[in-house]
Amino acid sequence: MSLMRQYKFEIGCLVALVLAFTMTQMGLNRFVFFAGFAVLQYAMIATAWNILGGYAGYINFGTAGFLGIGSYTAIALINYSDASIVEQIIAGGVVAGLLGLGIGYFTLRLKGVYFAIATLALAIVVETIVNNWDFVGGAAGVSILPARNPELLGVLVVHKKLGVFSNYKEFLFFLMAALTIMSVWIARTIEKGKLGRGLNAIKDNEEAAECMGVPTLKLKLITTTISGGLMGMAGAVFPSYLTFVDPPTAFNLEFAVNSLAMPMIGGTFTWLGPILGAVLLGTVQQVAIVTISSELNLLILGLLLVIFVIAAPHGFLGWFMKKNKR
Amino acid sequence: MKSILTNRVRVKLLGGVMAAALLLSAPISTNVQAADKKPIKIGFSMALTGALAGGGKQALEGMELWRADANAKGGLLGRKVEFVYYDDQTNAKNVPGIYSKLLDVDKVDLVVSGYGTNLIGPAMPIVIDRDILFMGLFGMDNNKKWKYDKYFQILPAGPKPAEGFSHNWFEALKELGGIKTIALLAADAEFARNLKEGALANAKKAGLEIVYNKNYPPKTPDFTPIVRAVNAKKPDAFYIASYPNGSAGLVRALAEVGTKAKAVGGGMVGLQFAGLMKGLGPNLNGILNYDFYVPEPTMELYPGAKDLIARYQAKVKAENLKTDELGYYLVPWAYAYLDVLGQTVNAVGSVDDHEALAAYMHKTEFTSVVGKVKFGEFGEWTESRTIVVQYQNIKNNDIDQFSRAGTRKIMFPTDIKTGDVKPYNDLR
Amino acid sequence: MIAELFVNALISGLLLGGFYAAISIGLSISFGLLDTVNIAHPTFLVLGAFLAYILNSEAGMDPLLAGVLMTPLFFLLGLFIYSVYYQFFEKTSAEALRGLAFFFGILFITEVVMIMAFGVDHRMVSAPYANGSLGGSILGMELSVPYRMLSVFVVASIMTLGLHLFFSRTFFGRASRAVHQDMLALSLMGVDPIRVKRIAFAIALATCGVGGALMIIMIPIEPAVGRLYIGNVFAIVVLGGLGSISGTLIAAVLLGVAESVVSTFLGPSWSPAVSFGILLGVLALKPSGMFGVGDTR
Repeated sequence: MSLMRQYKFEIGCLVALVLAFTMTQMGLNRFVFFAGFAVLQYAMIATAWNILGGYAGYINFGTAGFLGIGSYTAIALINYSDASIVEQIIAGGVVAGLLGLGIGYFTLRLKGVYFAIATLALAIVVETIVNNWDFVGGAAGVSILPARNPELLGVLVVHKKLGVFSNYKEFLFFLMAALTIMSVWIARTIEKGKLGRGLNAIKDNEEAAECMGVPTLKLKLITTTISGGLMGMAGAVFPSYLTFVDPPTAFNLEFAVNSLAMPMIGGTFTWLGPILGAVLLGTVQQVAIVTISSELNLLILGLLLVIFVIAAPHGFLGWFMKKNKR
Repeated sequence: MKSILTNRVRVKLLGGVMAAALLLSAPISTNVQAADKKPIKIGFSMALTGALAGGGKQALEGMELWRADANAKGGLLGRKVEFVYYDDQTNAKNVPGIYSKLLDVDKVDLVVSGYGTNLIGPAMPIVIDRDILFMGLFGMDNNKKWKYDKYFQILPAGPKPAEGFSHNWFEALKELGGIKTIALLAADAEFARNLKEGALANAKKAGLEIVYNKNYPPKTPDFTPIVRAVNAKKPDAFYIASYPNGSAGLVRALAEVGTKAKAVGGGMVGLQFAGLMKGLGPNLNGILNYDFYVPEPTMELYPGAKDLIARYQAKVKAENLKTDELGYYLVPWAYAYLDVLGQTVNAVGSVDDHEALAAYMHKTEFTSVVGKVKFGEFGEWTESRTIVVQYQNIKNNDIDQFSRAGTRKIMFPTDIKTGDVKPYNDLR
Repeated sequence: MIAELFVNALISGLLLGGFYAAISIGLSISFGLLDTVNIAHPTFLVLGAFLAYILNSEAGMDPLLAGVLMTPLFFLLGLFIYSVYYQFFEKTSAEALRGLAFFFGILFITEVVMIMAFGVDHRMVSAPYANGSLGGSILGMELSVPYRMLSVFVVASIMTLGLHLFFSRTFFGRASRAVHQDMLALSLMGVDPIRVKRIAFAIALATCGVGGALMIIMIPIEPAVGRLYIGNVFAIVVLGGLGSISGTLIAAVLLGVAESVVSTFLGPSWSPAVSFGILLGVLALKPSGMFGVGDTR
């Protein structure tokens, strides 16, 4: 019983995973999986962003750079060999993680807005390199042909009748759900552990933390690596979902907006915040796009951002906590 | 100011008369009949915001004109036609969700594509998954890898679109004579880069020496360094594949810095738009560029295109629409891709039998407002019909001169030629 | 030949730098001096550009004159936006990050308003002084300077130098430079720091009148074009050093020259990588930008 309580969160993660799997087997309306994929991808990106931005207070403005490098690593791998999607995800995560480590080293003296602008500059540099890299299509973009009936470890994953999933998009939805749950687990583990306390100390006052013996540099590097790696993984799934990728899509400004708006709307101080924000803002965005047939859907996004940040200055979680205290 | 006002009044009157004529000409009996049955829903995503919104909104108006015509004739199969569409924000990421919503929730009968290659691409796996007919609007070789037998698209660039697009431009070069070297420049963007690849192949085929081959980022504000760098290589021809921002910047930089190249242009997107033609005015003189439809007398071989554009222009003025004032670039094509679809549905007598619809499309030579349309194996056109025009006789920044013959003369194909190719500097 | 290309590239780069300075100077004030991360600044410039276009095409007004006439309008808009911003963010001492999300929202709203009011098509103006180019031969080198860029450069220089003088020489200017350093001292001197900030922010936004006019003289515009320049303007302000208006001017010229030279000799496709590479390099060496005041917030 005490074991149950100790691993309450992990059990919750497993339940969520089983739930996501069950959803794919119920023959639900397929739109659920498309909209769900988009929201889950944002939940993962927001969670990854929050590890650095929320816990350590380092604002990453170059989310698109990490996602883009994840996407393009996957594309390079597809073009080079017929790598499976799992291999693509791992490779995307590793390369983006290394980029995170690199930017961590490179900008270790930078704080606040300088760090944010440095990450933005990095994203632009990466995009320029991809634009000029013809092996992955360059600026002309690249068309990806996902395997029709892929197998993983000898198991037929997608097939209309015989596969675990009857449809590729259901498989991607489940994959995205699994990755998101993993990211949330990582974020929560960091938050509750020594790393999280160290990061919090950095956020409050970096000099003081250093004086107290917190290895700030080491913690920052670990965090930029994890955060970047997770973003890269989220990006690596993208080519298989879109099947046509060009740099303006992979490096879209929208990623930068959402990755910082979502945690902020939910609350940046805990793992639940980014998810809440992603589900809230992501769902509204998805719904607005497919219900309003005009430019007004963009207006809704703008108004929501303004209203949310005004209405909930510490995110929705902060808002609830205050309400409960009263 | 006074002339502007009277113009407006006149245009409004004209628009009103045309609308009334349309209403009266629609036979009332078929309307009642069409209203009885369940309407046919056609679904699509369209760029209404973001970088491609200019094209997207113009296309949407062209499509609406087709819908009005179709319904005036009693609809398809005696059913009224309705549109269900959403704004993809010029972001490919939104496209899969939109098509799933259209097919799974809105249950549309047919889907057609939004505007542009990168917004068609993400819809491909969804339509292939359901094995349904898919009409594309201005896609560049979207079906190359998929080889899907129910995809068709309306960009008139032939079976190998990248090469077919500039093929005629290189044919027009021959008229100039003495072209031995060429410089190539493209915007770092999907369509432009593909055009340049095709042009490169054509240049090699023509035995031209390539003296410059570079790309530029789409947000470049100043193009004079690029033009000077090209000039330093002394090319006889300068092929440019650019997006609107760059097209305008390059036309200006060429006019300001000058060039000795005899032929300049080729794949400059945006010079066909009213806003840019008006803004650039006389700077355009001499540019040799691709086009799809221009108001030259020989273009009569596109039956109905002239009337369609007149209706579009009247509608834009009458309803004060915020879209391209002239509509030459996309309106006929957006009309045609639905027209071809509509003709197919009526001929096959079904919207559900996609095998039969696709089979009919493959075997038929259609006639629409863009002339004769015949699709090849993977849905591209069997022949390239981009036209090559040279900007001539542009005196000022008045928009109306561009709706008269003589400012964009047709140089190629030869059967509809209305002028002779002249070296760039002869027209400056 | 190479010398000729190089000198031309330098001149072009200098002129381009003037344009960059004109579109970044407002942000240098609002972001550099006041800490408001106004990411919508380029979009407000586009709004200014559209208004200049309308005044030019409907009333035949010169775009630059239109820009000057619009300045008070943008000043008022700035007062209004800052009041909202102050009420909900500064007053509650919320993090700058929340302000960033707020301005992202403003960006989208402004874009939609422009789409509804002006449509989505590309617009340009042709001013009589912006045609042709000044050409000449010096030391055997053929040099050419487009009047379009020259006029943009001249106006941009007057505007940025004027603002530089205003913020370094006047009492109000010095007060607004002090707001982010020592609010208390200011209040003791009898200055209302909030009022100073509000007016300084309004001045920052007021630059979108003339800045927008310069934008439409320089490039064709459509409602979403502002997004393309977010990277550039922030890079310039940060590279110059937050709080340093002259630094912004120098950084703008530096990036203009770098872009121009790279375009000429290496190929234009690499110019963003070089510009932003310079920014990363400078930040790695001197974390507060070239002329920053050392405080790395």
